Amino acid sequence: MKILTFFSLFSTFLSANSINVEENAGQFFSSGHTNNWAVLVCTSRFWFNYRHVANTLSVYRSVKRLGIPDSHIVLMLADDMACNHRNPKPATVFSHKNMELNVYGDDVEVDYRGYEVTVENFLRVLTGRLPPSTPRSKRLLSDDRSNILIYLTGHGGNGFLKFQDSEEISNVELADAFEQMWQKRRYNELLFIIDTCQGASMYERFYSPNLMALASSQVGEDSLSHQPDLAIGVHLMDRYTFYLLEFLEDIHPASKANMKDLFKVCPKSQCVSTPGHRTDLFLRDPGSALITDFFGSVRKVEITMETINLTDLIKEAEQNPMNEKPQKVTYSYVDQLPVSEIIHQKPKQKDWHPPDGFILGLWTLILLVFFKTYGIKHLKHIF
Amino acid sequence: MVGVPLWWRTTETYRAWLPVSQINELANMQLQLSADVEVVFARGTVTPEQQKKVPLTQTQDEEHTVDGDLIFKAWDHRFESPCGSLVVYVIPESSSLLPEDMDVYIGQRRTALLRIGAQMRVGRTVEQLLAHLEPRIKQVLQVMSFSHTDITAALSDRVRLSPGNKESIADSMRAFKSSPGYEITFSLLNPDPKSHRLHWDIEGAVQTYIQPLLTKLAPVANFSLDSQTLYYAMLGVNPRFDSSSSAYTLNSDSLAHVINPVEARLGSNAASSNPVLNFLLYVPDAHHSPLYIHDNKKQEVPSNAFHSPRWGGIMVYNVNGFYRPEAVLPVDININMAKVMGVFLAQLRLLLGVQSSTAPPGFLMAPCGSTGLADWELDRLMWSRSVENVATATTTITSLAQLLDQIGNIVINDNIAEQVSSAVTSLQLAVAELEAGNLGFALQYSKEAIMASERAFFDPSLLHLLYFPDDQKFAIYIPLFLPMCVPILLSLLKIVSEARQKRREKQAKKD
Repeated sequence: MKILTFFSLFSTFLSANSINVEENAGQFFSSGHTNNWAVLVCTSRFWFNYRHVANTLSVYRSVKRLGIPDSHIVLMLADDMACNHRNPKPATVFSHKNMELNVYGDDVEVDYRGYEVTVENFLRVLTGRLPPSTPRSKRLLSDDRSNILIYLTGHGGNGFLKFQDSEEISNVELADAFEQMWQKRRYNELLFIIDTCQGASMYERFYSPNLMALASSQVGEDSLSHQPDLAIGVHLMDRYTFYLLEFLEDIHPASKANMKDLFKVCPKSQCVSTPGHRTDLFLRDPGSALITDFFGSVRKVEITMETINLTDLIKEAEQNPMNEKPQKVTYSYVDQLPVSEIIHQKPKQKDWHPPDGFILGLWTLILLVFFKTYGIKHLKHIF
Repeated sequence: MVGVPLWWRTTETYRAWLPVSQINELANMQLQLSADVEVVFARGTVTPEQQKKVPLTQTQDEEHTVDGDLIFKAWDHRFESPCGSLVVYVIPESSSLLPEDMDVYIGQRRTALLRIGAQMRVGRTVEQLLAHLEPRIKQVLQVMSFSHTDITAALSDRVRLSPGNKESIADSMRAFKSSPGYEITFSLLNPDPKSHRLHWDIEGAVQTYIQPLLTKLAPVANFSLDSQTLYYAMLGVNPRFDSSSSAYTLNSDSLAHVINPVEARLGSNAASSNPVLNFLLYVPDAHHSPLYIHDNKKQEVPSNAFHSPRWGGIMVYNVNGFYRPEAVLPVDININMAKVMGVFLAQLRLLLGVQSSTAPPGFLMAPCGSTGLADWELDRLMWSRSVENVATATTTITSLAQLLDQIGNIVINDNIAEQVSSAVTSLQLAVAELEAGNLGFALQYSKEAIMASERAFFDPSLLHLLYFPDDQKFAIYIPLFLPMCVPILLSLLKIVSEARQKRREKQAKKD
C-alpha cells in the first residue's frame, strides 16, 4: 500500500542539474560588508565658509568616483555656494586656486540643503527615526552589513560642532547616536572623519564597537584653511581635506591602499595642526582595512552555478469576452494657469477704509502733547 | 512650599508606562523549537511483534548552548502533520526504490525515504532498532528541518559568531535580512538598440515562472515586482577578446566593478523602504558578441550569470546566434524567457536565503518542483525567519527599554507604549507557538512582533534632543533662584533668631 505512494512520488520527475555552489570565499573574509553608505555633512552657512562646502563636495566627488552611487549617499549642505550671489563663477565650487578643479560637477545630488541641515535632522538620519513621509533618498537605509563613512566639517570647539550658526551638537549626543545605530545593527563598520577646529574632542566619547575616527586637529588646536583664491575672494579648502583629496585622487576602485596610509595624510608640517585618529574600538587591524572598504563600493560577486530548468510554457493572457465595446477613455489636460489673464489684469480697486485705531491714537497723542506744552488757549486758533 | 511641587510637575516629561519587567524577562528567555516527525515503517522492516512494542510517541530533547547566553532545546517527536512537520518512511534494505549507494531520498513535499541498514535484519530487538534509526533520522532532520548551524546563523544578530563555518558566514552575508516586504526589479539592458530590437515577454514570464514561487513565499514576506528596459547602458568593464574561443570574456575579478556604474541608472521605488533585489539581463552589443563569463579557473560558466550578495543578479544573454551578418539591422529578437527565468529563479532562491547546502553523502535530493521551492525548503526558511524575527524583535525591545531608562528626558508617548506592549505580547505568543511546533502561527506572530517593535523603536518622537548636561541645568537655575533665595534665607534666619529670643525672654520671665 505504502509502496504505491512511493511510485506516485516518482511520477512527477523533472530533470535537475546537480547542486554545486562554489564561492569566492577569499573575498568574503577580508571585510564583512556587502554595501557602502556615506553621510557627508557641511554644517556652516554664509559665503565666507565657502571652504566647508568645498570640503564636503570634494569628499562627495571622491566617494562617487570610487563607486558609491547617489542612492547610497546622504549629502547635507547647509548653504548653496554654487548659486550664491557673491560667486563670480556661478554653478561651480572650486577646490584648488586658479580654478583648477570644480568639485561641484554635473550631477550633484544634495539631499538636505539649506535650513534642512539641523542637528535634529542629522540625528534622525543616523538613528533612522524619520517621519514616514520622508523619501528614500533622504534616508540612511543601511543594514548590519553596511560600511558607513561619516564626514563632518564646519566650525567646532572642544566637545561640540556648530550647526548653522545657531545650534550645536555635542560629542555625547553623537556617541549616543552611534550607540543607537549599533543597537539596531545599522552598520558593520563606521569611519568617522571630522575636519573642524579641535576635532579630536568629537570622537573622545565614542563607546560603540567597530568605529574608527579621524580628526584634523587635536583638542586645543585650530584647523587651518589652505589657499585663498584671489578671484573668488575666499579660502577654498581646509588643509586637512585638501591633502585628503590629493590622497584620494590617487586611489582607484581596485586599489589596495589601507587605513594606515590614511592616517599619514597631512602631517604636521603640511597641516600645522596635528591630525589624530582613534582605532581602539575597531575590531580589525586598521592595516587590513582597505580605503575602498569605506570610500568605495567594491561589490562581492559570486558566480551563479545552479539553474533551474523550467519547462512550462508561458500562458497567453486570457481574452475576456467583451459584451460591449471597450469604452474609450478620454484624457484631457488639466486647466493650465491663465498666465496671460493674470498679467493683463487691472489692479483691483481697493475700498476706502477710515483710518484705524492706531493712527487715530497717534494723532491724539501728538495733539495732546502739543496743547500741553503750549497751553489750551491756542485751541481756539485752530477751530 | 507650593512652588517646588508645581515646578517639578511642570518640568517633568511625559512618560507612558512600559512593561519593563516583561521586557527583562524576554531578554533571558529560552527558545524551544519543536518539529513533528512521523515515522512510518514499511512492510518488511519490522516484525509484527516488534510493531506492537514500538512506542507510539517518543520525545527527544537536545540542548544546545549558543554563546552561553541563549539556550535552545530542539526536537520533540510526536504523531501529527502539516507545516513544519515531516514524514519519514522507513523501507527495507532490499528495496529497489532507491539506487544502490543511496540510503536516503528527500522528496519535494516534506517526505523522506530512509533505507534501513543491513544489520537490522529481522530478529533484533525493538530497542536496537530504535537505537539504529535515531541518529539517521536525526541526520535527515538536520537537512530537512533545522540544524544547529542554521539556528546560530539566524541568531547571528544577537550572537556575534566566532568565524566558524566559512559557508555559513557566506550564507548569512548573501541572503537579505528578514523584512516584511521586498521589491524585485527586472531590467533589460540593451546597449546597442541599433543592432537588435529586443522583445521580452516579462509579464508572462513573471506570471508563469516567478509568481508561483512568490505565492508560495507569501507567509514569509510581501513582494512587489516591476520591470524596465534601459537603453545605451554599458557595463563599466571592457571585456577581453579571447582568440582561442573567438569570444569576448569577462573574468571573475572584473565582475566586481560591473555593478556600480549600472546601479546609478537603475531606479527604485521611492515610496517604500523595503530592500530591493535587482535582476539584470544584459545583451552585449554587436561588437562585443558573444560575451562569456569565466570563473577563476578560466572555465566558461554554463549559466553565464553572477550575483552579488544582498543586491541581485546579472545574466549575460548572447544573441549573436540569432542573426546572420548580412541581416537588416536592427534585428527583432525574442528572448527565451524560460532560460532567463531559470537563472533568475535560482539567484532569487539564494538571495532570499533558501540555503542550498550540499547534501551529505548517501542522500539523494528530489529536484524542486516548478515553483522552484520544495515544501521542506520553505519550512527551513520559515524556521530560520521565525527565529531571526524573534531574536531581532527581542533585541530591539530590550535596547529600547534600556535607552529609555538611561535617558530620563525622552518623552514616551502613549502610542509607543502601546506598540511596545503589543510587541511583547506577540513575542510571547510566537515563542509559545514555536514550542508547540505550529510553524505557521509562529512566523505570523514573529512578523507582528517585529513590525511593532520596529515601529516603536523608530518612532520619530523619540529623539534624544532633550540632552541637558548638568552644568547647563545649573547655569539656567542659579541666576533665577540665587537672588530669590537670599531674602528667603535671611528672613528664615530672622524668624529663628526671634523665636530663640522669645524663648529666652520666656525663660527669663519664668525665673
